[in-house]
Amino acid sequence: MATTNRPDSPDRETLVQMYEIQNKIKTTDERFRSMLTSGQIQLIYYSPRGQECISAGYAVHLRPDDYVVTIYRGLHDHLAKGVPMRELWAEFLGRSTGTCKGKGGPMHITHPDSGLVVTTGIVGSGIPIANGFGLAAQLAGTDQVTVVNFGDGASNIGAFHEGMNMAAVWKLPVIFVCQNNLYGEHTPMSMSTGVEYISERGAAYGMPAVTVNGNDPVAMWHAAGEAIARARAGEGPTLIEARTYRFYGHLMGDAMEYMPKEERKAAMAADPVPAFRAWLLENGHASEAQLAEIEDKIVAMVDDAVEFAMNSPEPSLDELYTDVYEEIIK
Amino acid sequence: MTTTEPRIIPMGLALNEAMDIAMGLDEKVFLLGEDIAEPSGGVYKITKGLSTKYGTHRVRKTPISEAAIIGAAVGAAIAGYKPVAEIMIMDFIAVCLDQITNHAAKIRYMSGGQTTVPMVIRTSAGAGRQFGAQHSEMLEAWAVHTPGLKVVVPSNPADAKGLLISSIFDPDPVLFVEPMLMYWDPQYACDVPVGDNRIPLGKANIVREGKDVTVISYGKQVHDAVKAADILAGEGVSVEVIDLRTLVPLDEATVLASVSKTKRAVVVHEAVTRCGFGAELSSRIHEELFGTLAAPVARVGGQNTPVPYAKNLETAFVPQVADIVAAIKSLNK
Repeated sequence: MATTNRPDSPDRETLVQMYEIQNKIKTTDERFRSMLTSGQIQLIYYSPRGQECISAGYAVHLRPDDYVVTIYRGLHDHLAKGVPMRELWAEFLGRSTGTCKGKGGPMHITHPDSGLVVTTGIVGSGIPIANGFGLAAQLAGTDQVTVVNFGDGASNIGAFHEGMNMAAVWKLPVIFVCQNNLYGEHTPMSMSTGVEYISERGAAYGMPAVTVNGNDPVAMWHAAGEAIARARAGEGPTLIEARTYRFYGHLMGDAMEYMPKEERKAAMAADPVPAFRAWLLENGHASEAQLAEIEDKIVAMVDDAVEFAMNSPEPSLDELYTDVYEEIIK
Repeated sequence: MTTTEPRIIPMGLALNEAMDIAMGLDEKVFLLGEDIAEPSGGVYKITKGLSTKYGTHRVRKTPISEAAIIGAAVGAAIAGYKPVAEIMIMDFIAVCLDQITNHAAKIRYMSGGQTTVPMVIRTSAGAGRQFGAQHSEMLEAWAVHTPGLKVVVPSNPADAKGLLISSIFDPDPVLFVEPMLMYWDPQYACDVPVGDNRIPLGKANIVREGKDVTVISYGKQVHDAVKAADILAGEGVSVEVIDLRTLVPLDEATVLASVSKTKRAVVVHEAVTRCGFGAELSSRIHEELFGTLAAPVARVGGQNTPVPYAKNLETAFVPQVADIVAAIKSLNK
């Protein structure tokens, strides 16, 4: 069984919304990988396949004015928070119509209107920055929350420790989502990390922490909902360790020799997206026609975005010196 | 109206006034750093009294976590605040450099201008108190080498105040380097105007006019340059002294106009000479004025060593007035 059946499960509309997000991530990822493999496009690509349920599980709790911070493997977080498909594709392809005018690229997707405020290419660095968003909300007296995403590898870098501690001391409205895919780059967690569960580290900061099955959208929805409610109420941060698996290694082109074949095969066989789809149908939360319609709509959306991006111009060379500072300083 | 009496105050107090004024003007301005709230008001007392006046939510004492301090400032700045982060000693910048160079400096660019980071990093710097190799460096060249950062180094209390207010309200991240020895030393105190008297970033100050040679400096060494000019005036050499005030943006026009006139230039700073700001400025002067120079541009800077502890070695590390005098004389041979 892929998904928890609990009496307090999300309503049907939310369940379908989560599936829609997951499918959007999966479909987009599949298109990126097929276009990369066929040589139609070239870019540095970190596939989020396998981790869809985590983003979907927290994103449905968020408002547009809540903040999300993520990392280079962030496509699932970008789409879950509502970064528009066209601008996202155009940015990945380095086009002037991209979210960042083609100047940031896949590792720096930024779309403040959606609340996707920072994507960093530096492991762990989003954690201290997320505290700043939390602090801004706290100072302004709003109930906005910030969700910061990072991997298990990031829990071994100093920024994690400094940031978690400061968030706990200041009771910041920040939810720390450790998407534990069991590998930091090419090294398994067992060889890099002194604890079995990243959530054990919460105690070191006096921060509530929980481990959930990140491939179970309903479990993730519950954990995120509780953490977000606590943050909105001014009760401080939470660490959520969402256990998952990355299907395609660290980076597109990764030979994945360090990932046992059987382990990967088993994880892919338990692909959480089709599993959730089947669960929705079995439990009568959605009809086949309804899900097919959503899937068709997403395919059309990706088709449109690809066409939009491929037909968009590169940025003008004049853009080289803009946005370094407010005024041009050479 | 009566004319204002001169108000001679040290740099430490001038900086405090700048933050007080900025916080009074804009509730989005807040301060964060180690020990900056009462009762200590910062290890150098620069933020003394401000937490009492504005509250500990706006004058925030932090854990000893420089990456967390700068990260929090970056996030809050993107979210619309104007944080002023204090990094107690400039050498500690090394432990939060990722937040400064990869994030504060690059976020405007990486986001295509959608998100901006209007924050100030105040830090104390400089040798002369026998604090040893990890509490004495001038590392401004690191920041100058990072597009996206502005870099300010004041040389006197009035400039410190005016430049800090401008920096706080600047739309970009500013590294504000405060020469530690000047904070409370009465010999560096000067008349500081009351109120919001801003000095724009990118505008150098011609401290002393001269016709034979231009000495370009910033921070504490401006005073040494003036002393050297005084000595040489007695020998019939007329020295123009330029205080850059800000390294980014750089007032290149003022420098080039002066050197076009004098045809000789010396760049003076305390930081290590090798790849110091003087290397860049010397190169720019040569690129623009090579054919008209009467002598190659000279550099006077710190020795290419860590800052030593023993008093005699520390003094040997730091450029002295005599070194500036000698450099100027070497151009007139």
